[in-house]
Amino acid sequence: MKPAPFAYAKARSLAHAIELLATEDARLLAGGQSLIATLNMRLSEPALLVDINGIGGLDRITLQNAHVEIGALVRYAQAERSAEIARAAPLIALALPHIGHPAIRNRGTIGGSLAFADPAAELPACMLALGGEIDIAGPKGQRTVKADDFFAGLFETALGAQDVLTAIRVPAATADTRVGFAEFARRHGDYAMVGVAACARAEGKRLAGVRLAYFGVGATAVRARKAEAALANGNVDAAVTALASDLDPPDDVHASGAVKMHLAGVLLRRVARQLGRTPS
Amino acid sequence: MSERFHDIAITVNGEKVCERVDARKTLVDFLREDLALTGSHVGCEHGVCGACSVRVDDVVVRGCLMLAVQCNGARVDTIEGVADAAEITDLQQAFVARNALQCGYCTPGMLLTAQELLVRGGIPSREQIRAHLSGNYCRCTGYHAIVDAVEAVAQARSGAKR
Repeated sequence: MKPAPFAYAKARSLAHAIELLATEDARLLAGGQSLIATLNMRLSEPALLVDINGIGGLDRITLQNAHVEIGALVRYAQAERSAEIARAAPLIALALPHIGHPAIRNRGTIGGSLAFADPAAELPACMLALGGEIDIAGPKGQRTVKADDFFAGLFETALGAQDVLTAIRVPAATADTRVGFAEFARRHGDYAMVGVAACARAEGKRLAGVRLAYFGVGATAVRARKAEAALANGNVDAAVTALASDLDPPDDVHASGAVKMHLAGVLLRRVARQLGRTPS
Repeated sequence: MSERFHDIAITVNGEKVCERVDARKTLVDFLREDLALTGSHVGCEHGVCGACSVRVDDVVVRGCLMLAVQCNGARVDTIEGVADAAEITDLQQAFVARNALQCGYCTPGMLLTAQELLVRGGIPSREQIRAHLSGNYCRCTGYHAIVDAVEAVAQARSGAKR
């Protein structure tokens, strides 16, 4: 199908974007890899698209104060080539090749993935697993929201109608950081039926600070806190069992909830093995 | 400038094009309907099938997931331009030689996407070729012959350089 008519404006600056977003039914356009698909299917019919692609300074990847900061307009393909992300954000580096297909990754943005908050998307789960932060610019100025507080519901986030997500920040990996990532999709690059992003700290032979974030199992990415505790105790079988109380995936067109629960356990064993390895 | 119609200037296959476009017109519809460049195909119109693949500023993108108005000032290359420039003649010949196309609907997108992988150099593994082409549907060939063709060109180009 073709999109319904809309007006288009290219924002010259962040302030200009925020001003334009005051228009009723305005939507922000970043990479457009989800938004334009929904326009084509007429699942959304905004009055105005505010294109932020021309705003300078939002496409930087920087390492400072023991954190990696990734600008909202950094495209997946750019992030895949980044030495900083490979070294200091290994979980994101593991997840990136699973996001869409090469042509999607050439265009889709880090900020867009988080702002759209698809429950089956990889990056929201990575942000939860890493305990990341999200920078937002809005009519009342700048603020920072923790990933744990950012995802509010199905495609719902802490972003208001006039807010622009400007950057994300995650703690830089250290020698004792351990990460794991696994997903199950019917075709490489498709949205996962189930996936999990994991992060922990090695303390001798044990793991501490285990964070497991599942995606594709509900309205948002979710932490599996009981399984995290079991993994920290070194008991993978108990962690898999604990998933029954952490997750309650609904049936969808791809799989029943029961199949997703089974896959969640299989993937947990895979990431548990990855967490046990010293990163190369 | 919050308006529905915009004047845009794009370099398409090396030629400067100035047109007035409706903001809702996707890049692939603009190329096909306004410029009569019908080599880029419209399949699913939501970014899944890859038939509309074109190059914008040297990277392959979905022509259905970009608006023509967004391409103002950009350089767009379609299968017509890339083929006429003889950039992929060997790849086209390999597709024919190995029956890597039947109906041909996916072929322009397959060629552009495969070329993006091939210009990185070296000989990608069959797994890497499949991963790179994963966003391009082919309903005829079963992909095997396409992977064969891309692999053969990678080997030939790599050998030619030695």
